[in-house]
Amino acid sequence: MEKIKIGLPRALLYHKYHIFWEDFLNRLGFEVIVSPETNKEILKKGVSLAIDESCLSLKIYLGHIDWLLSRVDYVFIPRIVSLEKKEALCTKFMALGDIARNTFKKEIKTIEYTIDIIEKQWEIFGILKAFSKFEKNPFKIILAYRAAKKLERETEEVKIQKQFTQIKEADNEKPTVLILSHPYTTYDALLGKPIVEFLKKQELSLIYADIVPKKEAMELSKNISRDLYWTYNKELLGAIEYYKDKIDGIVFLMVFPCGPDALVVNLCQHKIKNVPITVITLDELEGDAGLKTRLESFADILKIKKIQDGKRK
Amino acid sequence: MEKENNKTKKVCFPHMGNYFIAFKEIVEPLAEIISPPPITKKTVELGTRYGPESACIPFKYNLGNYIEALDKGANFVIQAGGGCRFGYYGEVQEEILKKLGYEFEFFKFPNDYNFLTLARALQKINPKVSIVKILYSLGLAYFKIRAIDKLDDYVRLNIGFEIEKGEFEKTFKLFLKDLEKDKKILSIRRTQARYLKLLKNIKLNKPKNPIRVVILGEVYVVMEPFSNFNIEKQLGAKGVEVHRHSSLSTTIHDLFFNKRVMKEFLEKARPYLRNDTGAHGTETVGLAHHSAKAGFDGAIHIKPFGCMPEVNAMSALHRISNDYKFPIIYFSFDSQTSETGVKTRLEAFYDLLIMKKQKNEQR
Repeated sequence: MEKIKIGLPRALLYHKYHIFWEDFLNRLGFEVIVSPETNKEILKKGVSLAIDESCLSLKIYLGHIDWLLSRVDYVFIPRIVSLEKKEALCTKFMALGDIARNTFKKEIKTIEYTIDIIEKQWEIFGILKAFSKFEKNPFKIILAYRAAKKLERETEEVKIQKQFTQIKEADNEKPTVLILSHPYTTYDALLGKPIVEFLKKQELSLIYADIVPKKEAMELSKNISRDLYWTYNKELLGAIEYYKDKIDGIVFLMVFPCGPDALVVNLCQHKIKNVPITVITLDELEGDAGLKTRLESFADILKIKKIQDGKRK
Repeated sequence: MEKENNKTKKVCFPHMGNYFIAFKEIVEPLAEIISPPPITKKTVELGTRYGPESACIPFKYNLGNYIEALDKGANFVIQAGGGCRFGYYGEVQEEILKKLGYEFEFFKFPNDYNFLTLARALQKINPKVSIVKILYSLGLAYFKIRAIDKLDDYVRLNIGFEIEKGEFEKTFKLFLKDLEKDKKILSIRRTQARYLKLLKNIKLNKPKNPIRVVILGEVYVVMEPFSNFNIEKQLGAKGVEVHRHSSLSTTIHDLFFNKRVMKEFLEKARPYLRNDTGAHGTETVGLAHHSAKAGFDGAIHIKPFGCMPEVNAMSALHRISNDYKFPIIYFSFDSQTSETGVKTRLEAFYDLLIMKKQKNEQR
């Protein structure tokens, strides 16, 4: 029997949960097809499909779904409403499935489930329901779920340890910069990666805000913001507090127009005083000369500051 | 000493449509009120200058209101909270205002509030006032909001057809003035009934089958006429019957008194939506689908630029518009939106509706 093909768009939450999703689907015997790294074709397609005012990440997401449509049986679109009590996510994560279905009409077949901790809809229940039509034995699903979660935890742990050793071994000449952005911006081939590569060439040592012990970060974020209730933004702010003694600067990458970030970035600029911050807003209009100049001068400032601080000591 | 402390509290809160007099009711027993001057271009400019660039427009209006009120001498700022981004306005605005050098206290509604927790929180402004009194004033405010909406609904449907121009507006203004004085639930009801009768007595020249348009979208821009360039009035002047569900009283009703309403909207939105899309997005889609089926002539969707839930809803609206051949026009407002642009597009939309109607009638 031929395997059922399930497509994962390489955008948005894929960059956060891909280890779990891929492993889980593989264990249940599906063929997992992931769309390629974002390229100009995908971006162009996404821009033409999406509502003008959607954020760039959502446009790219739709472009990826479009790439998958002709190649898979189902597209995998989990709907995440809340991950913690009294917290929420950006509303686009709860509307992804509906947006996709309305954009592609009858061409698209989706696998969807809801995670909403506030309404007591835990992930495992959603998964059991969504996959019951493919796998009759619920225990198999639960086992696959647990094994995939375990793998996700372990990989996370390895990543964090790697970042820690990088910080420890960093030589004191190089300024350390915290890349502060959602994983779907940082790791996207068209959005974050070129900037990360460019910054590396500027002889900066980079660490990532999404690689951080989650629980501690969530606690620490309260030092910066009292009322923040977007889980992902909370993690990122927590990372600033967590790494604050080890970094020389922060690069904030933000897609246009990002609802939560628009407010959070502003708050950071007001509240964080002793670390230089630069905010880079990304949109679908290309032309990176201005961007490069800004990044270069930011890198220069950090380097000069580092030398001066070193002399003072 | 303590008493003096309370006296020096000068409270301000943002404008929203005609509801200012209702909000006033809540705060009046607690402390002195400094009302921000009516919203003008200057308000938006202040909000835009000091607010984050890509924050949505209600944030900027609120911020502008605060700055103007603080300049007038207020020292206590109140902000509500809710779904989407609104719940996070407070903290960011507080930081911005502090940075501008104002000295004030900031009060934000607790997240997930109901009447009791809200009253408890409000009591902290002035601990001397009893909780019963606060609950009573919340009730008064609610009845005032309901009265305003009830009459506003009638005006909206008929203002386009009055024989003597300006009569509706005149009566409505008198009503607001009288309502402001009412201090008892019973007298609010009486004022409401009296003026509703007066409004109904205004002579109309209404065709049997007028153009009916539904207004959908984000609640702040829907409710604050300044922020949508008086879209309802412009439509009224053209002789259009304007329908609208979103108002403060329905929002309160749906949130606190009857949560089933939200589920009903989701039912109505099928098959275009399977799940809730956040804040008022579901309502928008549900109403659009409903009014397309009910034979309305068209819909106007308004929102602040970048409003997350409404943008989510738009892909469904596009499809409804397509499937039912139901004209929908989309406006999104920010500080750069020009009034002439809105006017021109609205006129074109009106012409389209007229032509469509005539074509249908000829058949």
